[in-house]
Amino acid sequence: MTSGFVGDLTVFILALLVGFEVISKVPATLHTPLMSGANSIHGVVLVGVVLLSSFVDGPVGYLLTFVAAAFAAANVVGGYVVTDRMLRMFRRRPVPPPRVDAAMEPAVESAVPTEPPTGPGAAA
Amino acid sequence: MSAVDTGVRLASLGGAACFVLGLHLMNSPATARRGNLLSAFGMVVAVLAVGVQVVDGGSMTGPRWGALLAGTAVGSAAGLYSARSVAMTAMPQLVSLFNAVGGGAAALIAIADYAHDSSPSAGIATATVLDVIIGGITFSGSLIAAAKLQGRWSGSISFSGGRAVSVLLSVAALAAGIAVIAGADNVAVLLIVVVAALGLGVLMVLPIGGADMPVVISLLNAFTGTAVAMAGFVLSNATLTIAGALVGASGAILTKLMADAMNRSVPSIIAGGFGTGAVGVEVSGASGRPVRAIAVDDVALQLAYASKVIIVPGYGLAAAQAQHEVRELAELLESRGVDVSYAIHPVAGRMPGHMNVLLAEANVPYDQLKEMEEVNSEFDRTDVALVIGANDVTNPAARRPGNAVSGMPILDVDHARSVIVVKRSMASGYAGIDNDLYTDPKTSMFFSDAKKGLAALVTATKTLVG
Repeated sequence: MTSGFVGDLTVFILALLVGFEVISKVPATLHTPLMSGANSIHGVVLVGVVLLSSFVDGPVGYLLTFVAAAFAAANVVGGYVVTDRMLRMFRRRPVPPPRVDAAMEPAVESAVPTEPPTGPGAAA
Repeated sequence: MSAVDTGVRLASLGGAACFVLGLHLMNSPATARRGNLLSAFGMVVAVLAVGVQVVDGGSMTGPRWGALLAGTAVGSAAGLYSARSVAMTAMPQLVSLFNAVGGGAAALIAIADYAHDSSPSAGIATATVLDVIIGGITFSGSLIAAAKLQGRWSGSISFSGGRAVSVLLSVAALAAGIAVIAGADNVAVLLIVVVAALGLGVLMVLPIGGADMPVVISLLNAFTGTAVAMAGFVLSNATLTIAGALVGASGAILTKLMADAMNRSVPSIIAGGFGTGAVGVEVSGASGRPVRAIAVDDVALQLAYASKVIIVPGYGLAAAQAQHEVRELAELLESRGVDVSYAIHPVAGRMPGHMNVLLAEANVPYDQLKEMEEVNSEFDRTDVALVIGANDVTNPAARRPGNAVSGMPILDVDHARSVIVVKRSMASGYAGIDNDLYTDPKTSMFFSDAKKGLAALVTATKTLVG
């Protein structure tokens, strides 16, 4: 077993731990985009296909490269585009339209910051 | 190490760092889009770097370039087209297809690499076998999942002997895999592993029914990441290993979140069937009690004169593509001064966060969508809970032991002063049990397709109180 393999294993384990740490608290609103974003990252397999293409030979090798490249490129391009499309849709509540009838105003729930809290105990 | 080599490695490192930071920015809706763009930038850097590396290596020939570039062009075009044209309601299928091709590409790399050099070290051989097993299962499993989500088959399909075939395939994959690692030096042996893995993927996903799909898609995503990391071992490329591990880890966390939200373990979901073991114990309670149907005008009046309404969307909303109608109704009520919010159960829909995406598409602001923990205390102060196409996630039976949904965290819809359920029929949900909520005296059933029903509600509200 080469030192290169052990090095790869080290990187793998550390990256796993980083992954757990970075993702652990994502709001449910973003679960789909997160999955879709992670989904595009595994399109990095395209890097592997480029490396593969540099040593394959013969019709079978070329065919495998072609198919693998098509798969990986579809994954990476489609993944990023669709994730961006989704994230563009997520928007905050717009500033409420001016309303004449103030009595009708519903209790605003933290969506729009109205007034900074004042008084003792509200600090920090 | 040459200067070019050093540059390539540094650029790859930069790309990997962009993936980590990009995922980190996904922690908040405000920064998520920037995160995705950063991650895409890292991807471009990583691909360009490896391009420089192979050009510098001097081994690229005409046919090699041809195969690589033609494949990339075809794949990019297909990916771009599908990403641009897909309807938001079809998002789970698309994510599933991307899992399939990603896993497939990872497996193909291992196969081609082994065909090139069929006597690798034991470590590399192990990675090769794991890559084709995980990649193969992901490829066929994700294709089945996508087809199911597309509605080619509904529900769970199992056939007698399925389990026996699975065991047989596992044994075949294991035996051939061990032979490869022991130095079989024969591509045919690796192909046995591939075929067995493809079969296992099909058998794994076929019996899994609709409501478990969020868990399955997320799990297959984690699988793809792991397969890509294995391809990194095969090619001794750190970029693949890092990115693959990141996706594997994030997918695993998401999978666990989804499974926890249904109070089930991942193995029990893979094993198929809801609430194995406990089904059939409970029959008392709901069945046989009368339900109260309500007409559209009465629903409109109740909603219009409420001061606080919580909308509870479920898969029925997605299936009917009623997200725009529900937003229209909510805005109409808000314009009358009603406080409207949405309660989102973690596993509502067919993929993690499905309802959030659909409602975002209909321009519902994300801060109006509330997660289960946050919203459950609000039902006590709610005049009307409007349940649209959600079933099991609202079933109070989950609080009692001894039935299929026991212990599953639910939305406390029954705590609202009154409940209106928009539903096509009394058919039971995925869990196959009656929903006690429907026979609750304060519940009214508005029997309708979600899209038509909501459109009628909007009209009725406008004419009655507009």
